[in-house]
Parts: sequence; C-alpha cells; structure tokens
Amino acid sequence: MSMDFIDLTIQRAIEGLNKKEFSSTELTKYYLTRIKKFDDKIHAFLTICEDTSLKQAKQADDQIAKGINKPLLGIPMAIKDLFSTKDIRTTAGSKIIDNYIPPYNATAVKRLIESGAVIIGKTNQDAWGHGSSGENTDTIPARNPYDLDRVPGGSSSGSAAAVSSNMCLAATGTDTGSSIRLPAAYCNLVGIKPTYGRVSRFGIIAMASSFDSIGHITKTVHDCALIYEITAGRDSYDATTPDIPVPKYTSTLGKNIKGLKIGLPKEYFNAEGFDPKVKAITLTAIKKIEELGAHIQEISLPHTDYAMACYYILVPSEISSNLARFDGIRYGHERKTFGDEAKRRIMLGTHTLSSGYYGAYYLKASKVRTLIKKDFEDAFKNVDVIIGPSSPIPPFKIGEKTDNPVQMYLMDIFTCPVNIAGIPAINVPCGFTDGLPAGLQIIGPQFKEERLFEVAYAYEQKTEWYKQKPKL
Amino acid sequence: MGKSKTVLSTAEVRHIAKLANLELTDKELARLQKQLSDTVDFISKIDELDIKNIEPTSQTTGLENVFREDTVRESLSQQKALANAKSQYKGFFKVKAIFEEE
Repeated sequence: MSMDFIDLTIQRAIEGLNKKEFSSTELTKYYLTRIKKFDDKIHAFLTICEDTSLKQAKQADDQIAKGINKPLLGIPMAIKDLFSTKDIRTTAGSKIIDNYIPPYNATAVKRLIESGAVIIGKTNQDAWGHGSSGENTDTIPARNPYDLDRVPGGSSSGSAAAVSSNMCLAATGTDTGSSIRLPAAYCNLVGIKPTYGRVSRFGIIAMASSFDSIGHITKTVHDCALIYEITAGRDSYDATTPDIPVPKYTSTLGKNIKGLKIGLPKEYFNAEGFDPKVKAITLTAIKKIEELGAHIQEISLPHTDYAMACYYILVPSEISSNLARFDGIRYGHERKTFGDEAKRRIMLGTHTLSSGYYGAYYLKASKVRTLIKKDFEDAFKNVDVIIGPSSPIPPFKIGEKTDNPVQMYLMDIFTCPVNIAGIPAINVPCGFTDGLPAGLQIIGPQFKEERLFEVAYAYEQKTEWYKQKPKL
Repeated sequence: MGKSKTVLSTAEVRHIAKLANLELTDKELARLQKQLSDTVDFISKIDELDIKNIEPTSQTTGLENVFREDTVRESLSQQKALANAKSQYKGFFKVKAIFEEE
C-alpha cells in the first residue's frame, strides 16, 4: 500500500479509487483489520459484516473497472444499529430485540447502498437512542478513542468512536436531542442534525417521532455535505418528508462568508455549568469566524430555561407510545427485557400521557414548544446562523454521571432546543481542552443546511482540527 | 405556587407500570419511585410560564394532510413478515389468550 489510509477522507478515497491507487477491497480489508485490532477496547461495533462488505467491495471494484460512476462507490461506512438493515441483525443497542433480522432496509440505508457504499458493520449506541454518553447500551459501552476511560458521547456512540478510531470513513446516526452532535463533538468529528423531515425516518426504529432526525458523522464538512445530498429528500414512505428540492450542498462549499450575521445566544454563554475551558475555546473559534468576515452579535432565546423540562415531557411521552409495540410477539423478547433507562422513560411517558395528566404535561409542553420554536424564528429575522457549543463540558469519565439522570439530562441544554424547534444544526471540531475534543455547534433556519455547511467549511479550512487523530 | 417536593406513591408507580405493561421487581419499583419523583419535579418547571393563549405545536415543519394515491405497492410476503416471530400457527402470529374461560 503506497499511501497511509489513516489520513483518508471520503473525498480523498474516491479520488484514490478512481485513479486505481487502491481498490475498495483493499480499503475494506484495511478497516476490517483495524476493527479486529482495536474494537476489543473501543467497543464501537455490535455487528461486523465481514463477508457481505467484502462482496460489496468486490462489486464496487468491478463497477469502477467498468467506469461506472456513483457518489459513494466503494466507500466503507458503518450504520447505527437503529437503522433497519435487510438481512443484517438490528438491535437498537437493546437486549429485547437482540435477535431481530429486518426483512427490509431503511430508506437512508437503501440510498447509501444504491450510491455504492460498502456496509462494514452496525454500531453500538445507547439502547433506542436513550442517552448522551453511550452508557445506556444493553451491551458494553463504547469508549472515547481520545481517552478510553471517557465516554464518546451518545447516543450515536459507536458511530463516532468508529469514525474517530479510523474503522470506517463515515457512519450514520440519529439525533433526537443531541445524539449526533454530542458524539461528533466528543470525538473531533463533523455531525449533521438535519431539519426535521429532511431525511426519511422510514425503517429507523422510532424514539420520539416528532423529534427524530436522521443524519451522519464524518471526518470533514465536505464528506458530510456529500452524504447529505444522497440521504436528504422526499420519501413516499415517510409522510413528514416535504417535497423541497435538495441542493447540491458540495457545490457551495468555499463560498465567502463575509458579511454573514452570526448570533450568540446570551442564555447559552451565560449558562451555569458551562465549563470555562470549553467556553474559552468556543469563543476563540467564534473569533476565527469573525476574522473570516462574519458579523457577530448577541441575541436572546428567552425560553431556553424551559427547554429541558419541555423536552423531558414530550420525548418520553412519544417514547412510551413507540416502545409499546415491543411485545415479543412479532419479533424480540418479552417486555421485562427492556433496560433500566428504557423502563424509566416508558414509565415517565406513560405517566405524562395518562388520564388526568395529559393536559398538565403533554399539552402544556406542546405549547411551550411553540414558544421555543418562536424564539428561534424571531432570532433568524436578525441573524443568518446561531453559534454555540455542542456540549457545555468536555467528555466525562464512564460511570461519572450514571447515578443521576437529571444531571445527565442537563448535558443537552444547548442541543435539545434545536430538536424542539425542528431546525438543523452541525457540529464542527473546534479544538481540545486537556487533550479532549470540543465541538462548535452552528444552528440554522429550517431547510437552510447549505448555510451550515458553508460556515462550517470556512472555519474547518482555516483550522483543520480534523487532521488531529487519537493515539490508539 | 408552592415548591413542595413531588412524591409518587408506590401505588401510583404500580399503576403506571400496569398501564405501561411492564413487570417490575420491587427493587425496580423503589428506584423508579425516587427517579420519577425527581423527574416530575424537574419537568414541573413549565408551570412557571403563562401559556393560556398559545397554540400547541405537534409538527414543526407545518405539513398537513399528506395524501398518496390509493394504489397497491410492493409489501412484505407473509413468510418474511413472520420470519422473526417465535410463536406461529399456520401462517399467523400466535399470541397468549386474553380471555380466560371460567
């Protein structure tokens, strides 16, 4: 092998495959070897698709030889275990469906396969997406490649850990409250939380149906935009996907961001519990963006303080309804097999939806949702994007917060409001505190993802944090 | 409004578990009673807001009445739909009886 695969991005890999510098089979074998070598300590994967990925790679090589062009032809990717994959075990990180083999592909998976992606395996996660650390998996929690004693962030924990430790070129994720942005931030990666409805939820095991957003985690902004061109867009199997054309996101990368108006919510920057070191590098990153010609101004999102209470009414309510279908009859095991966190959320949601409490909780929280959504709409009348951190603290030690669910919930104070409002956001790496990665969160109005990619790209090209790798 | 600590009784937690169709051990019940009480306290924060004249939001992108042509399209075969079921009978899912005979 003439080149070092460690520095590969999708963009660079496509070039190498087309120039016949290496084959998809070589690439796939390289990642399979990395998984075998390191996953005993990282625990990024729940299922490894050795045989089928090598078959897909061989097919990709045949197609490349014939000059066939597909946007992800021969690119090894991992899939979060919440995505249904035809004939590949799909557990949602849970025990209750640890033997489930879906008979169909999620739309996002179907589109990736049709674009030539090689599916190398299914990644670890907080069971059902319930968590911010990866520790709520019903198996062994994934580890942060930058410090094996720390969490990689969740719920898409294995996806971030796998890309970060170079076991694949990209991985899918879902984001109901923070689950793509947080692990991307904790593992020095790019992660997109799409506008609600931009990417089909068909075939994704549902967490909270009015929140779930289907995205992915990559090394660079370009790679993130490239995958988004494939997964975004109307799907007749998900009625919440609007028929709005999907821009060619990669074509506007590199656009000048001079004069762009950026809002910094005072409620975020004055928040209690915002780690001073993380805050300092967030402000340094914002300074860099200002140097690129953007105008920075303070804004207010007045209902921020109510977002977590609103979130922890609406989301568990929807969870209790979605998880009611797991009864062990059509697939999986009995309901007592649910893990602790799933039981807790089912119980909470059942309570808030139960007779006599619906008006006090779900209905009231739906009204608060209107206020939080309006906070953002008002802000976007004056600014083009909003910037804050993806997490108020650096990656924490495994077990440090597991005893206290409410403290764990507060991890997500800067990310959950975005899901409540149904707007998009991207995490882009912005440096390290004591050797641990931190991420910048760029938030935009509904269906304006191109703006997020443009700002993130401009910052990334200036700083190139993605070139830093963990030492395994 | 007074800020007294919410305490869900054991009976209430048992009732919720019944509604949720969850069998819980006594240890789980005790833990959930504490954690649910804490969380109910936490979410009660929204009571501070005046929301009387605010419309609820259930769908963030404003889509409504999404229809499609009523045409038959590809679906799973009976065999595939049953493939993951532990208990089957002549091409059907087999379930436990709901009504007991006296």
